[in-house]
Amino acid sequence: MRVWKYGDDINTDMLFPGKYTYTCATAEEIKPHLLEDLDPRFATEVQPGDIILAGKNFGCGSSREQPALGLRAVGVAAVVAKSFSRIFYRAAINQGLLLVECPQAVDAYAEGDGATLDPAAGTITVGAKTFTFPKLPERILAIRDAGGLLPYTLARLKEQREFA
Amino acid sequence: MPMTFAEKVLAQKAGLDSVVPGQIVTVRPDHVLMHDNASAIFGKVADALGTYGIANREMPVIILDHVIPAASEKDAAGHKKIRQAVERFSLPHFFDIGRGICHQVMMEERFVRPGQLILGSDSHTCTYGALGAFATGIDRTEAAALLLTGETWLKVPNTFRIVLRRALKPPVSAKDLVLSLIGKLGADGADYRAVEFHGSVGTLSMDDRMTIANMGVEMGAKIFVFPVDHSTREWLSSRGFGPDAYEPVWADVAATYEREITFDLAEIVPVVAMPHKVDKVKPVTEVAGLPIQQALLGTCTNGRLADLRIAADLLKGKKVAPGVRLLALPASREVLQEAIASGVVSTLIEAGAVVLPPGCGPCLGAHQGALAPGERCISTANRNFKGRMGCKEAEIVLASPATVAASAITGVITDPREVG
Repeated sequence: MRVWKYGDDINTDMLFPGKYTYTCATAEEIKPHLLEDLDPRFATEVQPGDIILAGKNFGCGSSREQPALGLRAVGVAAVVAKSFSRIFYRAAINQGLLLVECPQAVDAYAEGDGATLDPAAGTITVGAKTFTFPKLPERILAIRDAGGLLPYTLARLKEQREFA
Repeated sequence: MPMTFAEKVLAQKAGLDSVVPGQIVTVRPDHVLMHDNASAIFGKVADALGTYGIANREMPVIILDHVIPAASEKDAAGHKKIRQAVERFSLPHFFDIGRGICHQVMMEERFVRPGQLILGSDSHTCTYGALGAFATGIDRTEAAALLLTGETWLKVPNTFRIVLRRALKPPVSAKDLVLSLIGKLGADGADYRAVEFHGSVGTLSMDDRMTIANMGVEMGAKIFVFPVDHSTREWLSSRGFGPDAYEPVWADVAATYEREITFDLAEIVPVVAMPHKVDKVKPVTEVAGLPIQQALLGTCTNGRLADLRIAADLLKGKKVAPGVRLLALPASREVLQEAIASGVVSTLIEAGAVVLPPGCGPCLGAHQGALAPGERCISTANRNFKGRMGCKEAEIVLASPATVAASAITGVITDPREVG
């Protein structure tokens, strides 16, 4: 499992160029263009379970959801950053992608370090150091744990209909 | 309990007496905006909509603006799907290509009133804070879920209070103001926060406030919001909203703020945001003389009549420099019609500008006015991210309409105070 390390203010155009926004909507269409203008190796080399470590304000910019959808689809285990931009944060919850806000873990990283994550315990280990991160509120966790907002919403609608 | 603007609106929309920052509330937005991405949004829930229907047909507003007219078969097919969905579900609020950029049209077509809660599947939905609304961006999936349920959750944000002092000194403009603010606080300076503007707001026109609120997201803010005053009431009245049609909401004097910032408008100078970040802000004088190949005037940030007029006044009787392409992109059909009637369009065309249809055009690099490697574009848009205008080896410099027009005349980045 590999750690992909990036800097501050990684914006939505770097994560998924705007010129594809209206031609790529499905996971298969999105995957080849992920991080295209930031790191051309990413789309071909990323493996399920990989972790992204980044600086502050990750995901700033557009409301496009292809970055969150694509990162979840290629199996990225989590994006760990010093902070996130709010629309991206919501988009990640809505796609069931795990985001971890933990500046200490990002600062602890040195070239070549591995990282492991225990979402249930709320811990991340970078190199030899382990850090805890706060759990999301129950209500938000329920959305993410359902696999994203649409599965969550459909399950609720079905339940309401059966109940009524 | 004294509350901020954001706390008041969210409490009201959640049916609670009061809320505190960090609290999660369930809300039903007054409207949800979609544009060309409505094709993907409806696609996500096509089956479910067949089973459950649309929760509230009055809620969605669909405005085609991003790639108009369609640049390819794929875009055209997307637009067609949207028109079919509008018909299938008898949606009352649909605006086809040519009406204008969604944010401008939302305000012109009376979908925004003070105190309302508006969500949009576009990050620049924050523009409507200019009219005293709580307006912010969401993603496509959330817009799709809203079609089915009509409700979503929001976290009550902390609030920054920005107190403006004195007035801008023309040709220094609202764009210089908001770029200077972002330069000072940083692109993440207001992440998750609501930002209220206080003080000498009355010195700013409604167009100025729209330019400023439009860029709230570039500082990470959930909302930028202005109080309702005489100018707001006049603007609303010009759209047929009398004083009984809305109830302004504003912060209590004793509300609690996370941070207070005072900003002296008289000290602001013409600035630019250098590639490839919106917070790389410098006085124009520091970068004057850098050659440009393209100049973009317009967009949802600066495509209103006052913006086009400022540029036309500078360009009158002059020509765009050889080797420079000036693109003019009005924010809406109304703006274009007014610009034609007032002679602004002919002045721009005589100077050598290419007038584009009201829409998003070159701003997001999906079609029209894309850049080539090694080129530099000075633009009145809101983003200068690498690759934004279709090419990752090109540079985008953000500036005010006056600075863009002055630079188009000389062919190099130019302080508008030196062209007259």
